[in-house]
Amino acid sequence: MSGGGARIAVRVAEVTEVNALIRRIRFVRPDGGPMPAFSGGAHTVVEMDDHGTRRRNPYSLMGDPADTTGYSIAVRRDDAGRGGSLFLHRHVVPGMDMVISHPVNLFALDLRAKKHLMIAGGIGITPFLAQIAQLAALGGRFELHYATRNPALCAYGDELAARYGGRVHLYHDDAGQMIDLPALLAGQPLGTHLYVCGPKGMIRWVRSSAESAGWPRAAVHHEEFLAPPPGKVFDVTLAASGKTITVGTHQSLLEAIEAAGVDAPYLCRGGACGQCETDVLGCDGTIRHNDHWLTEAQKASGQKIMPCVSRFEGRSLVLDR
Amino acid sequence: MAGPDAFGEGIWAKKKPGAQTGAAGMTKTVFPPSIPSRPTYGVLAPRPGPAHLMIADGDGAGAVLDLVGAGDAGMAAGSHLIYLPGPDGTDRTAELAALGLARFHRAPSFAAALPRLRKVLGDAHMGVQIYLAGSEGLIGQAQREVMEAGLPHDAVQTEHRGTTVRRVQCVHCKGITENVATDPFTCGHCGLALFVRDHYSRRIAAFQGVNIDAEDPGLVPPPVEKFR
Amino acid sequence: MGLTFKDETFRGDFTFFNSPAAIRRFPFPFPEDSYMYSVNMEPHVPGRPGSVFEKTFDVDEHYVAEMRERARVLAEDPLRCQSLPHMTLAGWDLLELIMQAKAREYPDWFSLHRDGDRWHWINRPLEIEQRFTFLDETTLPCGPMEYITRQTQGDFSLQDQRNDNLWMDAGMVTTQADWSLDFDIGMNFFEWHAPVPLAHEKQIFTRALKFLMNVQHGVPARRFNWTMTIDPLLDTSPENYPKWGPSRATLTPENVGRRMHLRVELQTFFRLPRSNALAFPIRCYLIRFEELATQPKWARRLHRVIRDLPDELAAYKGFLRNKPIMVDYLAQFDDGTPTSPGWWAED
Repeated sequence: MSGGGARIAVRVAEVTEVNALIRRIRFVRPDGGPMPAFSGGAHTVVEMDDHGTRRRNPYSLMGDPADTTGYSIAVRRDDAGRGGSLFLHRHVVPGMDMVISHPVNLFALDLRAKKHLMIAGGIGITPFLAQIAQLAALGGRFELHYATRNPALCAYGDELAARYGGRVHLYHDDAGQMIDLPALLAGQPLGTHLYVCGPKGMIRWVRSSAESAGWPRAAVHHEEFLAPPPGKVFDVTLAASGKTITVGTHQSLLEAIEAAGVDAPYLCRGGACGQCETDVLGCDGTIRHNDHWLTEAQKASGQKIMPCVSRFEGRSLVLDR
Repeated sequence: MAGPDAFGEGIWAKKKPGAQTGAAGMTKTVFPPSIPSRPTYGVLAPRPGPAHLMIADGDGAGAVLDLVGAGDAGMAAGSHLIYLPGPDGTDRTAELAALGLARFHRAPSFAAALPRLRKVLGDAHMGVQIYLAGSEGLIGQAQREVMEAGLPHDAVQTEHRGTTVRRVQCVHCKGITENVATDPFTCGHCGLALFVRDHYSRRIAAFQGVNIDAEDPGLVPPPVEKFR
Repeated sequence: MGLTFKDETFRGDFTFFNSPAAIRRFPFPFPEDSYMYSVNMEPHVPGRPGSVFEKTFDVDEHYVAEMRERARVLAEDPLRCQSLPHMTLAGWDLLELIMQAKAREYPDWFSLHRDGDRWHWINRPLEIEQRFTFLDETTLPCGPMEYITRQTQGDFSLQDQRNDNLWMDAGMVTTQADWSLDFDIGMNFFEWHAPVPLAHEKQIFTRALKFLMNVQHGVPARRFNWTMTIDPLLDTSPENYPKWGPSRATLTPENVGRRMHLRVELQTFFRLPRSNALAFPIRCYLIRFEELATQPKWARRLHRVIRDLPDELAAYKGFLRNKPIMVDYLAQFDDGTPTSPGWWAED
């Protein structure tokens, strides 16, 4: 399987400013044909030609999974980021042709659950919008707890509350409102699955609280896409293709491999899915492992690297790619 | 796939399971390595949680005693133990009753314990810790109830103690024979001579039994006591 | 289409056979003169015209007879089709995948008209016409997976993907190589394959699982598996082993060419969009040794493969006791000349 697998040529149908930070982009097929159905929690990788730099960023699909007329994503502007969100905020306009991947789901509902308990922080609401639409259609039991800084940034909060009433609980940091997590976790019936998506700190808080409250690991789900962190420039030798490449400060190793014309597999580009796992043939230096995929033992062995988010510091790195 | 000449499971013919001999006498059973569908068991250890549900039979009592002994002072107050005699008649009710757990129930059989177990699971909340100990039949059937109540199967702690007799489902007639001690054995429902595989279904809570003389009717090797 | 569906049986008088055209398109599974387990995955993209790879779901001359056989097996044992409660959505996914592919690729035989969620399906070879509401189980005579797989050749399993594993949580299994859906349903990928010898040690299933969990929507994959069956018996189930097992003791040098069949599984893998489950169709093709021997390259190669196969594998595949008879029979077709690489008989 090459690159990111199957892709879909799409046209931007609508661009909507949801609030000061978030804009929604809707994609349709240029010929008006149906998009593939998807499962709640799925993401798509959006390809961008940012003035000569190829960017590929994953975004959760936020629409109703049964609606095949188009896909919607919500993009939070990150002024300090690498440029993907800024490109989508500044340069994407209705009518523009783009390429996205088929949906991939690394944050699927466990459909055996007797109840789905969802905890969202900020832009982490997006996968839940699709999951809630799916569960509402299937008659599934869910409860959402959604925390944002203030009502103005509480995207889709009012709509969710209006449609689903008591199943939706909103919290605003500025008003000093906090999710009472210990009480929430203590009262759930057997068979509840817990889902969390939001800032790194929130995910850590929810997962560790669940663990100390005795929740089994297999009933706790989270999604966290890492942006590839910047770092020092380094060189890499790609043994299979006989090339030596340089990875820039704000470029990921995967992006540098792709820019050199070498085909490399990927799905999430955020250190979670494992698809881009690459064998290290030689390493004189330190690999900066930033992924959620490799085990601690694998990281320590120095024989594997996830080029989507991980970097290198030292004299030489040789990869089987 | 299911034929008695299938490889990878003949290990039972060579080695019998035994108990580790420790200072305390009966402890965790050590089974020889087998195929990935064969259940494996650990050693019960206290885990944080608001409530503790323990289900044990026969020599599983020893695992419960060790577990409560290792737990903190508050564990007994949050514990509920359902205990039944083992398939070999082992009954250590008196020792367990002396533990002073918040709730202790002695049932004469698993079938008799089932209504209570289902009520307790229906009332339970996420965070409850579940501990199963004793025979494979008890552990498997209780684990199935816990799974049906919604907990992942690997969220349950298990420890095997005592008898290694097996619960076996005949793949042909679907009848389950309890406490199988020999291989081959005669299906208690359809009467076929069955070879006992290590292939195990959590959903059925049983090992698989396959007709041993299907290809050569009448050629049944003498039964060997492999599980005691 | 120019294809006649044969009236034939897979039990009793065993009238099944392959026409010369069916022999030529048989999916011979050995690309080289030896065999060992491997993950051997490739993209499931349209293959040579006329081959079993040409269409997403191959429909061949045995279609109607195989569906009649499936109905008989299910009447005798309904446990051969089961779906755990959370897999209904995956069943709808499968129904949609198959109906769309068949209507697109075999428009003379199948048609699908969709008006929103009101669907109208016509299966002309089986004389079925059904109007139903998509995602509403009450509008079909049975569950969606059972409905569509009663009309599609091959076994099917639907794998739920969760907790870094695939869980075999639904299936239609009536043409199996000796495994029990009723026993295995609910198992994970390693447990389901637990009885397979040698492969676990070689990490075959670890690598296969990793590949399958990353199969993406729109990019299906396929691989072969194979075994041997005496007589063209589709339903070699463990449930019925006492019924078909005795046939293994009746093979002779005189009847091996007629009664021994190479049994090939074309396994395909599809990511299902709505449920995120993985569909795993396992299509069984049978060919008797006599039929296979009409293709010199295949006969030479099969002789070498069987002759050199480790006994563990021959035992697992259930033909260890008959291996000498099979090798002796096939030896007459092997003059020692080299065989060209690849599956195709004509290359």
